[in-house]
Amino acid sequence: MLSNIGISLIVLVLIFGFLSIYTASLDLKTAGLSINKSIYKLSLFQTTFTILSFFTLIVGFIYSDFSLINVYENSHTAKPLFYKIAGTWGNHEGSLLLWVNILVIFSYLFLVFSHKHNKNFRLYTLIFQNILIIGFLFFLLLNSNPFNSIYPPPFEGLGLNPILQDPALAIHPPLLYVGFVGCSIYFSAAMASLMSGYGGKLFAQSIKTWVKISWCFQTLGIIVGSIWAYYELGWGGFWFWDPVENASLLPWFAITALMHSLIVLEKRNTLYSWVIILCLLTFTLSVLGTFLVRSGILNSVHTFANDPSRGIYILLFLSLMIFSALAIFFTKYKKETYNFNFKSRETFILANNWFMVFFLVTVLIGTLYPIFLDVLISIKISVGPPFYNIVIIPLVVPLLFLMAVGPKVSWINSQNKVFNKILFFILGALVINLFIIYFSKKNSILSNLIFIAAIFLILHSFLDIKKLINKKNKTELSRVISHLGFGLLIFFIGINHQFSLEEDFNLKVGETKKINNYEIDFESLKTKESKNYKAVIGNFKLTNLKNNQVQYLDPEIRIYSNPETLTYEAAIKTKITSDFYLTMSNVSRSDYYNIKFQNKPFMIWIWISAIMIALGGFIQLTSKKNED
Amino acid sequence: MKISISKIIIFSFVIFLLSVFLMGLKINNNYDTKSLVGNKISKFHLIEIYDDAQHISEDDLKKKKFTLINFFASWCAPCRTEHKYLLKLSKERKKIKIIGINFKDKKNNAINFLEELGDPYSFVGKDSEGRISILFGIYGIPESILVDSNLTIIKKIVGPIDQIQYDEILKITK
Amino acid sequence: MKLKIFILLFYVLSVGLTHSSENQTKLLEIYKNLRCLVCQGQSIADSNSDFAATIKLVVEDQFNEGKTEDEIYSFLISKYGEWIVYQPTFNKNNFLLWVLPYLIFIFGGFIIFLIVRKTKYNRVN
Repeated sequence: MLSNIGISLIVLVLIFGFLSIYTASLDLKTAGLSINKSIYKLSLFQTTFTILSFFTLIVGFIYSDFSLINVYENSHTAKPLFYKIAGTWGNHEGSLLLWVNILVIFSYLFLVFSHKHNKNFRLYTLIFQNILIIGFLFFLLLNSNPFNSIYPPPFEGLGLNPILQDPALAIHPPLLYVGFVGCSIYFSAAMASLMSGYGGKLFAQSIKTWVKISWCFQTLGIIVGSIWAYYELGWGGFWFWDPVENASLLPWFAITALMHSLIVLEKRNTLYSWVIILCLLTFTLSVLGTFLVRSGILNSVHTFANDPSRGIYILLFLSLMIFSALAIFFTKYKKETYNFNFKSRETFILANNWFMVFFLVTVLIGTLYPIFLDVLISIKISVGPPFYNIVIIPLVVPLLFLMAVGPKVSWINSQNKVFNKILFFILGALVINLFIIYFSKKNSILSNLIFIAAIFLILHSFLDIKKLINKKNKTELSRVISHLGFGLLIFFIGINHQFSLEEDFNLKVGETKKINNYEIDFESLKTKESKNYKAVIGNFKLTNLKNNQVQYLDPEIRIYSNPETLTYEAAIKTKITSDFYLTMSNVSRSDYYNIKFQNKPFMIWIWISAIMIALGGFIQLTSKKNED
Repeated sequence: MKISISKIIIFSFVIFLLSVFLMGLKINNNYDTKSLVGNKISKFHLIEIYDDAQHISEDDLKKKKFTLINFFASWCAPCRTEHKYLLKLSKERKKIKIIGINFKDKKNNAINFLEELGDPYSFVGKDSEGRISILFGIYGIPESILVDSNLTIIKKIVGPIDQIQYDEILKITK
Repeated sequence: MKLKIFILLFYVLSVGLTHSSENQTKLLEIYKNLRCLVCQGQSIADSNSDFAATIKLVVEDQFNEGKTEDEIYSFLISKYGEWIVYQPTFNKNNFLLWVLPYLIFIFGGFIIFLIVRKTKYNRVN
């Protein structure tokens, strides 16, 4: 029954999609400045049905309705309620339904909140957005339907992967999807802007809130994913340059560039074409990301289960999107003249875009290169953290300097003397960086430059906060907080990397290992039986020989029953000054256990800094100036 | 829309990109080391499992036309299922020298394994820590490598030898 | 004045940070650059698999014998293919990978330079 309700609701959404396109097209030709009221109603109905369909699926999970294949494959009666609900979007079909929901909800919200803007522009946005919605719905209905049913319904489900049963992982997808899918609305708006000729400052104002919203959620989504990886995956790291991680980072670079360029478009009414390109690029990157992740073309620990037919559908959708965007852009493109002085804020924002595009291109090439090589010459290579670190880190140094100075440079023209000194630093840093990388393998001088640049940004930001705290300028304050967060993030990642202690050794129960000024006693081994797993717990005593402080760390090896999986739970003690990290795994056919011990300074400050970056964005969303 | 060079370049590039993706969907994603067929095996030195004084090195392999190097262990279940093919080979193809390398195993367990299932090997070496396996590019067991008298790898079998693999070996070594 | 502070900071940090590299760190660095072939996207350092344990043993042996990082990678690549290292070697297949990002960066800089120069030209006129 749920199956029929669900499918009917989805079909209704599809029908209302077509209706919306039809009525909006008709309304384009009518005179008058306001949109026909019936179009609002159609959109509202569409939204209601979409949300109801999602609730239907959630109900299926809550009540363990195994007549739905999706529930059968991804849930189990023994799952705690919270994770039953989270299981709704923790799989391919369910998350696709979440995509559609966000597409539809944003479509309606944009329609409602853009009432101050040009009628045809809004109608075109609705049309393009609904074309996207219909495209995704066809994909959903024909290939990845969460409401497909089986008869007779099985008695028990196949269970959710135990690694996915975590609160952080429950909110990570929805956060990320608001980011990923949220960019659809300004993709459609960009197409609409080209078709209707509604551009410039007013266009910038129409989309800026949406850009900021998607940026904030994308940032938060990535952070939550990293925090989860650190606490749950047991390797002590939080970013692996894994293709799926990269897929979430690519739109982030584009949205950040777009967010900055919008400031220029709004203030100086220039860079329109570039803004349009960024708008079109961002959602394209989201769909590309989804293609890479769901089609099985890439090898990753994150990927959903493989199914090449999905790949073909998404590739088709991606191709249609890119070609229509290119066609409309080239048809409607008008040449722009630029008026940029070297010493102006616009140029600094262009520089930000310059760096963001560089990072984007690097990550894109790094992720796609193995595919190209494999297809073209049948050679399989790996592109991992060393590549990204070597290529990207040197250029973070000048970026940090620019971030400190840029916001202080005035619009149009600036006469700062400080300007020239900064330029000297940037150029010097860049030259030294390149010199070091290519002629020696020592990273320490590079690290110095990173620290100096980060501290420069941090100090300047603190000075700015001191000046701004009285002015109550929320926009400026939010910018400083985000930039400060970024500076702190780089700083703490640098310290963490430089001063981390890491050891990998084998130990038997009763043995002790001494590392620097720490002593680790493998005291005992216990077993524990829990609701859906059995665990082997190691009891370790950690003594700091310098101050005789003692900590107890209890890593676990867990054996889950539904489905049968083995996981390694790290013992993590988080403090203000550092984290202690211990994982244990059994060496096959031996009494020895392989122990990985890490001491990671200022780990929690990495999270705090990252959240600060997002916080700046959220503060800006709440500022009055935003209600344009 | 005016047709210009830059537009042609962009369109062609996009078409190229999407075609590569399409082809990428069709290729097999699972990595195996079969691309290393054609390389030569490196120098090695194996001590016999029964008698420490007996040993073998790569020079000994040059004397036979073909050598099948088989990595196995008593605790490995698929090794049991493939064992009968090794026994068949030892009887039906005298020109293949079959060498067994006992991987991360205890001597007595290995001896019992061979007593129970039969011994197709002309030499059984021990690799108690797994170091030898890395020399041969092994990453799981069972795994077998077929080598000719020039020490060139002619076939790599990852996983247990089955009927199809067995027939292929017979064909290659005619 | 600010310049002097920066140079001092630079010097102090240089001295402090060069001490942090040790042999064990180097070995771990190598482990982190190697892919665990039987795992789904994990390095030898992070993996708990049997294969990872064996590789660690062999790499440690070679490292203690005095082999350089590159020699160890070459050895493993000859046995397992290029897929086993996370840092792509700079050869005729991969040079595009390393070079393209910088080329595009320079190209981007060039475009910005052109935009700004045109403005100067217009202003002068």
